Amino acid sequence: MHPYLIRRVGRTLVVLWGISTLVFVVMRLSGDPAVLLLPQEASREDVQRLRHELGLDAPFLVQYGRFLGHAMTGNFGESLRHKEPAMQLVRAHLRATLELACAAFVIATVVAVPLGILAALRPNSLADHVVMSVALLGQSAPTFWIGIMLILLFGLGLRWFPIGGRGTLSHLVLPAVTLGAFAMASIARLTRSAMLDVIRLDYITTARAKGVSEWGVIGRHALKNAAIPVVTIMGLQFGTLLGGAVVTETVFAWPGIGRLAIQGIYNRDYPVVQASVFVAAAFFVVINFLVDVLYTCLDPRIRYE
Amino acid sequence: MSKRVAPLVVLSWLILLALLVAAVLSPQVAPHNPVRERLIDRLLPPVWTPDGAWRYLLGTDHLGRDVVSRIIYGSRVSLVVGCAAVVVGGALGIVLGVMAGYVGGRCDDVIMALADMQLAFPTILLAITIIAVLGPSFTNLVLIIGLSGWVTYARIARSQVLSLRETEFVEASRAQGGGPLRIAWRHILPTISAPLIVVATLDLARTIILESTLSFLGLGIQSPTPSWGGMLSDGREYLLTAWWIATFPGLALMLTALSFNRLGDWVRDLSDPCLRRMELR
Repeated sequence: MHPYLIRRVGRTLVVLWGISTLVFVVMRLSGDPAVLLLPQEASREDVQRLRHELGLDAPFLVQYGRFLGHAMTGNFGESLRHKEPAMQLVRAHLRATLELACAAFVIATVVAVPLGILAALRPNSLADHVVMSVALLGQSAPTFWIGIMLILLFGLGLRWFPIGGRGTLSHLVLPAVTLGAFAMASIARLTRSAMLDVIRLDYITTARAKGVSEWGVIGRHALKNAAIPVVTIMGLQFGTLLGGAVVTETVFAWPGIGRLAIQGIYNRDYPVVQASVFVAAAFFVVINFLVDVLYTCLDPRIRYE
Repeated sequence: MSKRVAPLVVLSWLILLALLVAAVLSPQVAPHNPVRERLIDRLLPPVWTPDGAWRYLLGTDHLGRDVVSRIIYGSRVSLVVGCAAVVVGGALGIVLGVMAGYVGGRCDDVIMALADMQLAFPTILLAITIIAVLGPSFTNLVLIIGLSGWVTYARIARSQVLSLRETEFVEASRAQGGGPLRIAWRHILPTISAPLIVVATLDLARTIILESTLSFLGLGIQSPTPSWGGMLSDGREYLLTAWWIATFPGLALMLTALSFNRLGDWVRDLSDPCLRRMELR
């Protein structure tokens, strides 16, 4: 394996360890779950017994060691509320989140990349100004407000789409557009500026001089080099989509891990929070890693750094 | 390049000026007390609708509170939390970034590894988790929102310092016996301030949106203090009957964020067109 990749894998593992540690520490700061779990009239002995059962009476470092050992096998303990393994709950909700994130990602890419190219081909034209203004709007509007406005307009007003829950394809439309709006704006802006950078270069002029068709120049020559920053931001955006899904899932009552995590927080169900935050972050890290690998394929220069 | 300032930039300045006036002079500008409830006036629509009344320009919410006044007072929360968070994140990021760039070596490795780790963590999830645990106070809100943004400052500061470290004026100061702190403060910081101002302007849009998002989820500024995110959360329950409660605070939020984003881009183009790369963040 290439040394660059080995270094990169090492860094990914360190980040995963850091995330799990952070999650552990933060959740332990939140007070004693044993007290919260039991009814108020529970005796001190009951609390002690539960603390022992949950392993909460062990020294902090021992708890941490146990946690890490279990985390490596994907075992985050049992949900305090649902009485089933936290990881199982997360897995059951993961599909919905991935479905939503992928749909949002596809919508964002399919809309943003052509628009970005269009804007770059005619800089300062009307089309450019319109695309960039819409992108600026998309970057500035808060996700939850976009969601609420879409519900108001297309859900309650026009009654085109259902306003919450998961099921048919039409359930997916509004949440996916909501979640994808920010990514769409970022990708469009970056595609435009990356294309503008590339299109000025000599090799493009050469290609044109050789008589390559305009489609060939854009599609075969320019896009390949412009793709490098665009792929990076798309990778980062996909990770952000998974995290940002928290808000979208709350607005649309979408049964994904974001909503699971929020409910876990309200219920102080810390195994569930740990598991869902860890899984979301792990996805994020792994996607970034894959983007870096993809990078080395797109741009061979990086391998020699 | 033409000297003409784009109309959107002028508009952004005007919006931010209005916001500043609204925040500073809330008691003078707001027509009503933002927390006084008048159930007899509840859910009144905006003035231009058939049932609207001049007393309440943008209508009232479910407790009969004036939406305009709440938006005006809400601007205080947005601006104060947003600015304070930018100061916190900016200060930490700049210090760490300058250290990483100037000291280099192990120090650089550790700081950049921390930055990677932070970037690997979905910010909003982190913020929600920590606020839920520590409780939604003003200080916690500012700290969390601020600390979640330090990486961009650190990266920009570091890369700028790296290119400045070996320049002649820094070397001259070093030859004259200037210590690292003096060089960083007197020579490096003023030189790298332009891109950092750009980052801070764009970051303001981020902090304000993040604050409203947390308030929307019930983890930010608590009722009855008016905040735009909180108003949106209230309005969500009344979408079918009173669309205006959720619509206008969101509009205010979007216009504010839009203005900061547009001005950030504008300052960046003014100071250095090459900085367009920063969109990568």
